[in-house]
Order: sequence, then C-alpha cells, then structure tokens
Amino acid sequence: MFICSTRALAAGSLALTLMVSCNSKSEHTRAATVKAESGRKKAPDFTLKDSNGKTVNLADYKGKVVLLNFWATWCGPCKIEIPWFIDFEQKYKDKGFAVVGVSMDEDGWNAVKPYLSESHINYRVLLGNDSVGTLYGGVDSLPTTFVIDQDGRIAATHIGLVSKSDYQTEIVQLLEGKRADPVVERTSAARSN
Amino acid sequence: MSSVLPLPAQISSVLSVIPPEKIAGKRNEVVTAEFHLQLRGGYHVNSNTPNDEYLIPLRFTWSGGAAQAGEVIFPKPQQEKYQFSPKPVSVFTGDFKAQAKFKVVSNGVVNGKLRYQACNDRACLPPRVIDIKVPVEVRN
Repeated sequence: MFICSTRALAAGSLALTLMVSCNSKSEHTRAATVKAESGRKKAPDFTLKDSNGKTVNLADYKGKVVLLNFWATWCGPCKIEIPWFIDFEQKYKDKGFAVVGVSMDEDGWNAVKPYLSESHINYRVLLGNDSVGTLYGGVDSLPTTFVIDQDGRIAATHIGLVSKSDYQTEIVQLLEGKRADPVVERTSAARSN
Repeated sequence: MSSVLPLPAQISSVLSVIPPEKIAGKRNEVVTAEFHLQLRGGYHVNSNTPNDEYLIPLRFTWSGGAAQAGEVIFPKPQQEKYQFSPKPVSVFTGDFKAQAKFKVVSNGVVNGKLRYQACNDRACLPPRVIDIKVPVEVRN
C-alpha cells in the first residue's frame, strides 16, 4: 500500500498542499530515502510524560534512531500505522532504534490509556501538547512522523499516512549508515599510517 | 536542541456552516431552522453517530439566548470505506443540511457551536469548533 512519500520536507511545511496533492496516489510515488546529512535540522527537544507519569526528554534518545510519531486515538490513518511501529520496535529495538509516540488527544490519558492497552503498544507513548506541536511546525495533520538520526537530527518527515516499507527503508538506512561510518574512519586511519 | 521548526501554512477550515438568516415565530412556537454545511472536496467528517467509540461525532451545542434548542436532525450518514479503515466509517461528505428545532422565547440571538473532526483518505485534522449565531425574532 504505497500512498505518498513526503521525503526531505521540513516539518509541517505546506501540510494541506501535501494532503491534497498526495491524494493522487501513484503520481507522486518515489522511493523512500532519508535526507542527506548536511540538510538535516536538529529535532527540537521536549519534555513530556509517559503513561506511567515518568518524565521523558527527546534528548534522552540521542545515539538512537528514533521514529517520532504524532497521533491521536480519533485518527483513523494513525491506527493503520501503529501495528507497523509495534513491529519496528520489536525488530530494531536492540539495534539502536526506538519508536516514540506522542498523543495529541485533547482528553489526555483518559482517552489514550484504554487504547494503549487494547492495541498492545510496545513502545513509549507520551502525552503531547500544543507547545510541542508548535516546536514541530504546528502538527496540524495527523499522523505526522519524523525519523530522527543518531545525532538527533530530522532525517525524514512524513505528513499523513505513508507505506510501511517507506519507514522501514529509512530506519534501515539510518541504522546501517551509522554502523558504516566507523569502518570508513578506521580504514582511512589505517591508510594514513 | 532548542530550535523551532517553521510553522506550516495556515489551514483554513475545511467545513463551513451557513445558518438561517433568522429564527422567526410566535412566542413559544417551535420552529425548524436549517443549517447548510459545506465540506471541502476530498474530506469527510464523522457523522453524528460514528461507529467507533474513539471517533469524534459531529455535534451542535446551544447556549441560552432567545430560543430554546431542541432536537437536531442530521441526514442519513454515508458508510464509506477508506484505505485506513478496515470497516466502513459513518461520515458526511460534500454539502449537506442539518435541521434544528427551536422554541422561540424572545427577540435576540441564539448562540451555538458545531464541533467536528475532519479527515481525508490519509490524514486527519484536529477537532475544531465553529461558532454560530442566529438572530431570533418574535412574530405577533
């Protein structure tokens, strides 16, 4: 189910245009890829609480590839993606990856907690607010998802539903990219010696 | 990590409501007022009776004023299947009308709010509220 990739877009830019233009499915189909490192912006840090009341900072995840997903219980397209994210969390958790969900439900944990238990979400979900939404460009359309690299920079942005394979490709690119860097450095160092 | 990303272009409302010019009738008479709702192409709103407990229904609420609000009658919802929904979703699309009954109390205005939540086939907008104000006229 490939719908539309919004690769390499700054957060929140022209959300409505994307929502409309991406309705014409295959016309805009592109292979998923992450932004070049030089074009990545820092993911704004925030502090929110998880469902256990624990305070979480995005900066705590530095060193990991993070899929930061803004969603809500009333958002149908968001719920299609959640089983994919559960799968990614399970598959890549031990390889330096984490999913962080940020719920934008107005009714707070009363609305979110029942959904967390019935959908068996295995990743951390935080309760968002307008301030965090503003940091990320307004987050006026859900789902909105940012794929963040190990250095805390935004490598890909998706506004609206995209395909599971797009996310997977980006996650793997980032995980493998990080592993490749030290090898290159070691090889260069060995040659210079 | 303290940067702020740019704000997106302002998204104007995808739903607009055209209220009746006025609610008019004899004092204590129950009259029907018709509200025209226009939804931007490609979008849907949940109906007044969504078939999923997490979905936000289309709802009018009224507060005090010159007319006493009664029943609201919506058209029959469409059961639409979208890429994101394993089962059909109860929605309204395009242009449609809702009728609300009011008991005329006095000359003045009646204030209302319409809460809705809209999506297209791949993304949803947050719930929004439209303020409505309709003049009320007592006829002799």
